[in-house]
Amino acid sequence: MREILNIDNITIKFGGLTAVKNFILKVFPGELIGIIGPNGAGKTTIFNMITGIYKPTVNKIYFQDTDITGMKPDKIAKIGIARTFQNVRLMENLTVIDNVMIGFHLHLQSNLLSAIFKFPGYAREEENIYQKSIELLEKVDLEEYKLEKAGSLPYGQQRKLEIVRALATRPKLLLLDEPAAGMNPQETKELMRFIQEIREDFNLTILLIEHDMRVVMGICERILVLNYGETIAEGNPEEIQHNPEVIKAYLGVEATYA
Amino acid sequence: MMKRQNAKVFTILALIVLSILVYLAQNKLDPYQIRILNLGAIYVTLGVSLNLIYGFTGQFSLGHAGFMAIGAYVTALLVLPPYYKEMIFILEPLAWPFTVIHAPFLIALLCSGLMAALAAFLIGLPVLRLKGDYLGIATLGFAEIIRVIANNLPHITNGALGIKGIPEFTNLWWTVGVAVVTIYIIKGLVHSSYGRALMAIRENEIAAEVIGINLTYHKVMSFTISAFFAGVAGGLFACLLTTIDPKAFMFIMTYNILIVLVLGGLGSITGTVIAAFLYNFLLEYLRPIEAGFQIGPIVFPAIPGLRMVTFSVVLLVLIIYKQSGLMGGFEFSWQAFFQFVNKLFTKKKPTEGSTS
Repeated sequence: MREILNIDNITIKFGGLTAVKNFILKVFPGELIGIIGPNGAGKTTIFNMITGIYKPTVNKIYFQDTDITGMKPDKIAKIGIARTFQNVRLMENLTVIDNVMIGFHLHLQSNLLSAIFKFPGYAREEENIYQKSIELLEKVDLEEYKLEKAGSLPYGQQRKLEIVRALATRPKLLLLDEPAAGMNPQETKELMRFIQEIREDFNLTILLIEHDMRVVMGICERILVLNYGETIAEGNPEEIQHNPEVIKAYLGVEATYA
Repeated sequence: MMKRQNAKVFTILALIVLSILVYLAQNKLDPYQIRILNLGAIYVTLGVSLNLIYGFTGQFSLGHAGFMAIGAYVTALLVLPPYYKEMIFILEPLAWPFTVIHAPFLIALLCSGLMAALAAFLIGLPVLRLKGDYLGIATLGFAEIIRVIANNLPHITNGALGIKGIPEFTNLWWTVGVAVVTIYIIKGLVHSSYGRALMAIRENEIAAEVIGINLTYHKVMSFTISAFFAGVAGGLFACLLTTIDPKAFMFIMTYNILIVLVLGGLGSITGTVIAAFLYNFLLEYLRPIEAGFQIGPIVFPAIPGLRMVTFSVVLLVLIIYKQSGLMGGFEFSWQAFFQFVNKLFTKKKPTEGSTS
C-alpha cells in the first residue's frame, strides 16, 4: 500500500534556531499516529509545515505523491488535509452553524453571481450544505447550540466544533493539535470515542499531537517522540512506554522505588 | 417561522411604498431638502459598499474617496456633450477618446463603477497582502495618488479647475434606486457562502486559510465589488453637484463615510442606512451652531467647523460606550419586524385584561 503522507527528512530553521531537524514520517492510509514530546519540541511546527503555514528549509513533503512543499494552505486544504489548532481558532462572532458551513465553502460549485442572486442551483447547494452541517453538529451534540455564537461555547465544546469544521472540508488526512487540552476526564473519554468514530465513518488518516497520555496510549497505533526538534523514538505504545530515552526526556521516572 | 415567499411579497410592498415616498419627496419638497435626501442616499451606497470590505471582510480600507473620484470623472466625461467639453477645457485640449465619446447617464454610471472596480482590482492584488493599519495607510495613499493625478492631468481632468456644468441628472429616483440595488447585491453576497468566507477572513485569517478559503481571491473580490459601488456613487455625486474638482475627493470624504459606518455599526447594513441619513440631516441641522449661539449668559462665538467637532465627540462617545454602533450589529428582517409588531400588540393586551 502506498503512503498517503510522506515527510522526507525535512528540516526547518528560524534564523539560527533549528526547530525541526531531519524529520521523517511515512503515514499509511487509515493509520492513527501520535506525536508526543515536551513543549517546544517542534510538534506544532511539523503541523504548520504539513498545512503550508511554514515551508521546510530543507527537503520536501508529499501528499498522495504530490509535492505539497510551499503550497498555499488553502490549496492544501482543497486536496484533503484539514487540521485543528492548539489554541482553538474559531470564527468566534459567527454562529456555530456558520462555523461548520464555512468548512464546505472550498467545495462550492456555484459561482459568485448565482450565489448573490440565489439562483436555484445555488439555493439547492446551500440547502445541502445546511443539512450536512446539521448532521455533523448532531454527531457532537452541538445541534441545539447552532444559533449561538461560537465564542460563547464552553472550551471543550469549542474544540469539538473545530474538529467538526475540519471534517466539513472532507479531508483524507486530519491533523489534531492537542484535542484533549482543557477537557475534563469525562470529556476526554468521549473525545477518544469520537476520534475512533470519525476515523471509521470518514475513512480518515489521523495525526495527533497530545499531552494526555491516556489519549495517546489509548488510541494511537504508532507513536513518535520528539525532543528538541529531533525524533528520539518511534514505535507502538508499549515500546514507547518502556523506552528509557523517552522516559528520561518526557514521560519521567515514576515510582521506580516502589 | 415566516415563509420566504411572504418575505418577498413584503419586500415588494415596501419597495412600492418607497417609490411613492420618493415620488412625493421629489415633487413636494424644496430643492434644499431634496438635496439632503440625495446626499443621504448616496452615502447609503458609499457606506454599504465600505461596509462590505471593512465591516464584513475586516480589511481596513481608506481608499473610498479615490474610487469615488474615478467614478465622478468618468461620469462627467461621458455625460457632457462633446461641444461643451471643448469649451471648458481651456488649460489643455481634451485628449482624444474623450472628445468624441458621449453616453447616457446609466451607461456612464456603469462605466464609472467598472473603472473604479478595475482600479481596485489592480491595486488590490498587491496591497491586500497588507494587514490592519498598514492596509489603511496604503489605500489612503492610493486615494491621494488618484487626487494628485486628477490635479496633474489637465488634458483629461482639466486639472485643478475641475469640470463644471455637468448636467444635473441625479435625482431621488437615481440615488435611491442605486442605493436599493447596492443593498440588494451586497446583502445577497453577504448572505451567501461567499459572504461567510469573507466573514471567516475577518474573524480569523489563518483558520480561514487552512479550511480552504483562498484569501487573495476573496479579499480582492470584496474590494473590487466595494469599489464598483463607490465608483457609481461618485458618478451620482458628480451629477448632483454639477461641478467636480480634485479638492472634492480629499481624505475628508473617506472620513465622512467612515463616520457613517462606525455610527451605524460595522457589519450592519441596516445601521449604515440609518446612519447615512442621520449624518446628513445632522450635518445640515447643526449648521446654526457654527453661526454662534447663546446659552443663558454664555455666548459662543461663531466657529466654522464646530459641526465636525461635534461629530468627533459623538464618535468618541460611541467608541467608548457602544462600539458596535447604533444598531449594534442588528440586521433588519421581516421576521424580526413582525415579531416586534406582535410584541407591541401583545403588550397592550395584558393591560386590557388586568383592567377588566
